[in-house]
Amino acid sequence: MRDLRRRLVSHVIMMLCVLSVALALIPLALVLFYVVSRGISSLSWTFFTRMPAPVGEPGGGMANAIVGSLLVTGIGALFAIPVGVLAGIYAAEHRGTRLASAVRFAADTLNGVPSIVIGVFAYSVAVLPFQRFSAVAGGLALGIMMLPLVTRTAEELLLLVPASLREGALALGATRARAVFTVVVPAALPGILTGVLLALARVAGETAPLLFTAFNNRFFTTDVRQPVSTLTVQIYTYAISPYEDWHRQAWAGALVLVALVLTCSLLARVVTARMERMRVG
Amino acid sequence: MIGSRPRSDDWLFRVGTGIFAVLVIGVVSAIALELYRESRLSLHEFGWRFWQTDVWDPVAGEFGARPFIWGTLYSSVLALLIATPIALGIAVCISELAPRPLQRPLVFLTELLAAIPSIVYGLWGIFVLVPLVRQLEVHTPDWLRALPLFKGPPVGVGMLSAAIILSIMVIPFTSSIAREVLRAVPQSQREGAYALGATRWEAIRMALFYARTGIIGAVMLGFGRALGETMAVTMVIGNTPQISLSLFAPQYTMAAVIANEFAEAAADLYLHALVEIGLVLFVITLVINVISRAFIWSLGRPARARRTRTAAAPALESA
Amino acid sequence: MKRTILVGIATAALAAVTLAAQGLQINGAGATFPAPLYTKWFAEYNRLHADVRVNYQPVGSGAGIQQMIKKTVFFGASDAPMTPEQLQSAPGRILHFPTVLGAVVPVYNVPGVAQELKFTGDLLSNIFLTKITKWNDPQIAKLNPGVNLPAADITVVHRSDGSGTTYIWCDFLAKVSPEYKKTVGVATSVKWPANTIGGKGNEGVAGLVSQTPGAIGYVELIYALQTKIAYGAVQNSSGKFVKATPESVTAAASAAAAQMPADFRVSITNPPGDAAYPASSFTWLLLYEDPPDKKQGKAVVDFVKWALTDGQKFAPDLGYAPLPKSVVDLELKALARIKVQ
Repeated sequence: MRDLRRRLVSHVIMMLCVLSVALALIPLALVLFYVVSRGISSLSWTFFTRMPAPVGEPGGGMANAIVGSLLVTGIGALFAIPVGVLAGIYAAEHRGTRLASAVRFAADTLNGVPSIVIGVFAYSVAVLPFQRFSAVAGGLALGIMMLPLVTRTAEELLLLVPASLREGALALGATRARAVFTVVVPAALPGILTGVLLALARVAGETAPLLFTAFNNRFFTTDVRQPVSTLTVQIYTYAISPYEDWHRQAWAGALVLVALVLTCSLLARVVTARMERMRVG
Repeated sequence: MIGSRPRSDDWLFRVGTGIFAVLVIGVVSAIALELYRESRLSLHEFGWRFWQTDVWDPVAGEFGARPFIWGTLYSSVLALLIATPIALGIAVCISELAPRPLQRPLVFLTELLAAIPSIVYGLWGIFVLVPLVRQLEVHTPDWLRALPLFKGPPVGVGMLSAAIILSIMVIPFTSSIAREVLRAVPQSQREGAYALGATRWEAIRMALFYARTGIIGAVMLGFGRALGETMAVTMVIGNTPQISLSLFAPQYTMAAVIANEFAEAAADLYLHALVEIGLVLFVITLVINVISRAFIWSLGRPARARRTRTAAAPALESA
Repeated sequence: MKRTILVGIATAALAAVTLAAQGLQINGAGATFPAPLYTKWFAEYNRLHADVRVNYQPVGSGAGIQQMIKKTVFFGASDAPMTPEQLQSAPGRILHFPTVLGAVVPVYNVPGVAQELKFTGDLLSNIFLTKITKWNDPQIAKLNPGVNLPAADITVVHRSDGSGTTYIWCDFLAKVSPEYKKTVGVATSVKWPANTIGGKGNEGVAGLVSQTPGAIGYVELIYALQTKIAYGAVQNSSGKFVKATPESVTAAASAAAAQMPADFRVSITNPPGDAAYPASSFTWLLLYEDPPDKKQGKAVVDFVKWALTDGQKFAPDLGYAPLPKSVVDLELKALARIKVQ
């Protein structure tokens, strides 16, 4: 009798576990469904080629915002990748030193800092002193957000490279730097790139740190010293507006953004899977 | 000459990469310093009073941040209440129940939840979730709406919408770490339990208990995430500074008030008050992250070898 | 894949460097109140002068003033004149130029009510103080006989950002209700009563009102027209109920135009006159007397001249009232003060 009850409880709880998966997948399905269905019906070629139209004028697109998003994310990567990878190399190669632990701690801390706070920081160091909103300021904010992801991935993946590889290189008379840059880093590179890709995917979807750094721009610009429009900020502006036209644009923008971000994640996953097969095989 | 070369080279390598290591630390310190520097006025003017008063009145120069910290804590706690059981259920389901070929797609799907940008959740929140919540509120019977928990006009935007959106966003973080933590539990634990005649749930409960510190860490990390979330919350919470238990009441969070008011804070004191909110947000998330990491790490590094399998995981996990 | 990323980054960097110079871009930010007209103006002006691109971001009057003081934007825009303290905290002398007139209207979303509602200033202040909480309150019913008002809760929607629209609205309500003046006050951001909800920008408020049954808010006229949200008539100082139109706003400005102060900072809410709409206001462009960049300064001065003359014809279509001729003449004189050489 008691056994039966125990077994029943076990079954019920297992069912609840399965149910919780379903519960999490419902919002996922709903979000994707709305983004795709509303996005597709509002998406057209002009969306990619035109600038935003004034209210009341039909048409218009987000060409400037798409380019702006790439621009700002690119600037962020330009800053975060070298700094992050090199700091990661330090942390991996000098494991156990105080500085290495400090880097790890700093990166983890940075990772937890809310994005809006990073926006405030970027505003006060990259907007106020130069008295202008700019793509660079937005890029800096995104770069800071990418930094911990890149640093930690680089470190973790470098540590996974078998010690024998490095020792072999050192035994052949290579200097430490040489061994690291010609043998260890290349071995870990695919993994690091995966991490970078995921970091890019994550910051490309950020809005809060751009609100008062990259600001917004009605025009197409690739001048990094000018304010620039980004997909996310544009979606935000359109989403809270009262205009039907703009809502449609927001959904179309969301579709493009989600497609962009998911492609990055998927790509990373494919690379990971291929790496694994190589390692196993 | 030749003998000394490797050493100087090594030194160069150490310094060369060390500079960048210091730079990473520098960025964090600079953020902390800048936040402090930009909030001095408010810190000195109000002191602790800042967090004990409710009046946010830019006209009179009176700034009390209690409603914001309340809104942030309340929405995050509610989100955790919803998210934690679901996230743990998912972790158990994936690591203990699902057949092997199903595990990977399930991991992928739950992690997709984390990949969707905050602004997209916000957009969805405004046009899909909020109308649904409004319907729910309208159809709440009057005797329920008399309770403090459900007081206020049925607007749709408000605490409940915010908590739901937050919980959806937190689930993937908590569940992915809980999953890793569960994996780190030695298989012998479960086998021992089964040998003693335990049911599946009893064996899993044992594993959960064994991994309890890690699980607490996972939940706290989700909490830290919820505290700092900005866009999706701003778009659905109603942006009204008030302290209310009601799930239906529009409220405000720390991150949201910065997003809305930072660019326009005219007086220095106003600006410093906003930055002080940012500073406190920074400190709270820092503390929570440190504690939760300590919890997770106390289990030993969970399944280091397994991480290679999902090289994608570190970025997501540490996120 | 590594290559793709590197190529991508390199192209972005290259594009950034090579295309750095693309004519003159001028950045401005501020009020959302005149934003539909400004966007139109800048688009039209860009058609006439392809080399001048003005990027105007409607972030709210409060933000416009603040970013102007911080000099992160070249010009600001506000529907609330800058306060003496704000003017003092700016690093240079800032001049105000009225560009057009507009009206703030009470917009509402009352289920089942198709008719136009009438409000008095007193009633509106009581609603916005949340002293009246139901749509079928006798005070509302008394003014609107024959309208079948539901027993629905009133939800007050206001601006969550610093706003000149808020300033105009509160300026009007504070003139008719001492209690409103005391509890809420007059500024670009004020202290709202509990259980009211905030939206960002005129767009945000209009969006919230149209999506929330039982809501009442205040927006610039054009936002009500464009989104087809119902808005009410408001009683003016002569006791007449007036709907906001370009004509009723012009009527409100006529008294003020005769005695315009030299710095153009003037409030025209609750003006005298039978035809005047009570919640009317000028909206201002903010410029430094000694602009940091002369080339941009020259371009903006040319633009303002165009906006004050040729540009005025775009105003009525968008629900704004053109400036009285006498004000335009004063401004054209004042523009000469800006040092562009």
